Amino acid sequence: MLKLEHIYYDVDADRPDKARHILSDVSLEFPDRTVTVITGHNGSGKSTLVKLIMGIDRPASGKILFDGEDVTDASVTERALKGFTLAFQQPVRFKGITVRDLLNAACRKKCSTGEACKYLYTVGLCAKDYIDRPVDDTLSGGELKRIELATALAKGGEVFLLDEPEAGIDLWSFDELVGVFDKLRDKTVIIVSHQNKILQAADRIVVLNSAAQPVVGTRDEILPGLTDTGAPYCRRTPTKEQE
Amino acid sequence: MEKLDLELLEKIAELHSVPEGSFNIRKNGERLASASTEDIRIIPKEDKPGIDIVVAAGVKNKSVHIPVILTVGDFQDTVYNDFFIGEDADVTIIAGCGIHNPGKGKAEHDGVHTFRLSENSRVRYVERHYGEGAEGGKRVFDPVTNVFLDKGAVLEMETTQLGGVTFTDRMTEAVVGDDAKLLVKEKLLTDGEEKAISRFKVTLQGRNSTCDIVSRSVARGSSHQEFYSDVIGANSCFGHVECDGIVMDGARILSTPQIDAAHPDASLVHEAAVGKIAGDQLTKLMSLGLTEKEAEDTVIKGFLH
Repeated sequence: MLKLEHIYYDVDADRPDKARHILSDVSLEFPDRTVTVITGHNGSGKSTLVKLIMGIDRPASGKILFDGEDVTDASVTERALKGFTLAFQQPVRFKGITVRDLLNAACRKKCSTGEACKYLYTVGLCAKDYIDRPVDDTLSGGELKRIELATALAKGGEVFLLDEPEAGIDLWSFDELVGVFDKLRDKTVIIVSHQNKILQAADRIVVLNSAAQPVVGTRDEILPGLTDTGAPYCRRTPTKEQE
Repeated sequence: MEKLDLELLEKIAELHSVPEGSFNIRKNGERLASASTEDIRIIPKEDKPGIDIVVAAGVKNKSVHIPVILTVGDFQDTVYNDFFIGEDADVTIIAGCGIHNPGKGKAEHDGVHTFRLSENSRVRYVERHYGEGAEGGKRVFDPVTNVFLDKGAVLEMETTQLGGVTFTDRMTEAVVGDDAKLLVKEKLLTDGEEKAISRFKVTLQGRNSTCDIVSRSVARGSSHQEFYSDVIGANSCFGHVECDGIVMDGARILSTPQIDAAHPDASLVHEAAVGKIAGDQLTKLMSLGLTEKEAEDTVIKGFLH
């Protein structure tokens, strides 16, 4: 169980005149073997929350507990080794580092070509076309997002943080993506998303709102309210006809 | 050959034993071993130290190793190697020099190489420089490379210096003919108090001539690097120079590009980016469980791959 207790986070905290509260007194629980989708309007602190959980940013106050252990002060590396795994919203590009190098780093060993192929295949990429390509600006945004997800799968762990995993991924691959989440059903999965199809795959939904406390509930409790026409938190996945 | 010789040869030329075909191994200013074939003749110079490497026209898929090793201190070795590549030939030349300086003095190797590539010939030239030895000893390379490319000729140069060289000042000068191409990949890593200077002067003389120079360097410790390039577009041509540097610790990299479009159809591009390793690259790798140091090493290893 991952627990956040009374988390506060401000941007520009060092400049009081410009400081803005992103998260104020947020307490949340993420049970094991549950897929939670975090949604909310732009600027509501979704990505911030994920970065705080991974240790990339530190809360101004509050605690992060994992299986009862206080990990608030643990570094990114320490959290990664404890089983926290993050697929970034905007995957990082490298000069000279290949997809294989990244998968090797993720596995903490030399992945066999077979293993590497398995991860790439899971995210819908033909391994032989990608394995030796550099993770640089020769890859499209969608390709990069899939490789990011493959890297997260290769790393493995207990808590998967997936920040807008659908961004840049074409409409026809959505079912494939949801299939990836299904493979992680025995883990704690936290997904940041606005997409209806991904919200539908959730067990629980957290709606963040910088002006109020988060709204938390099961999918069936929250989703009907979100997907009403005009609801601000959710974009419907366009149907193929609409495209 | 002694064990140390073999170790150095492996580092600079991936040689585990005496190679097949044509080769020339030079040690401490003397010829250690050599072999010449009809296709690639190795001819010792009579007026000065060095060899002529003559590749016959039409010779394809052959390679020649010409490594140099220095295993003594207080020694300076200048060698003049001239490469004559016949028409339509396609060969790989593996050069490089390893210095093991056991003392505190200076061990220096200066290779003066001149490449003359005839029409439509193609050469891949691989050069590694490596230094090791006692602390305080100087390991120096000041190579000069002159290149003349006839119509349609292609020279690919891959130069690598990844450690232990206390000082280098390398100069590469090229004149590129019609439809000819000069492709350079330079990799450089300096650390400690090392200093490295790399200079390029390329004249794109011929119609549709091309040059692509990509330099990737990492400067650590208190090391110092300087990169100068001067590309002159004297005809309808395309020139591209890219200088990417990572600075760490208290190191310094100076990059001075110069492009001179001396013809209305000359198209010349220079890109230079020098800075520390991007923070998000380290964060990404640390999120996979690497320590900050391991993340840095992974980025550098990829960068200099």
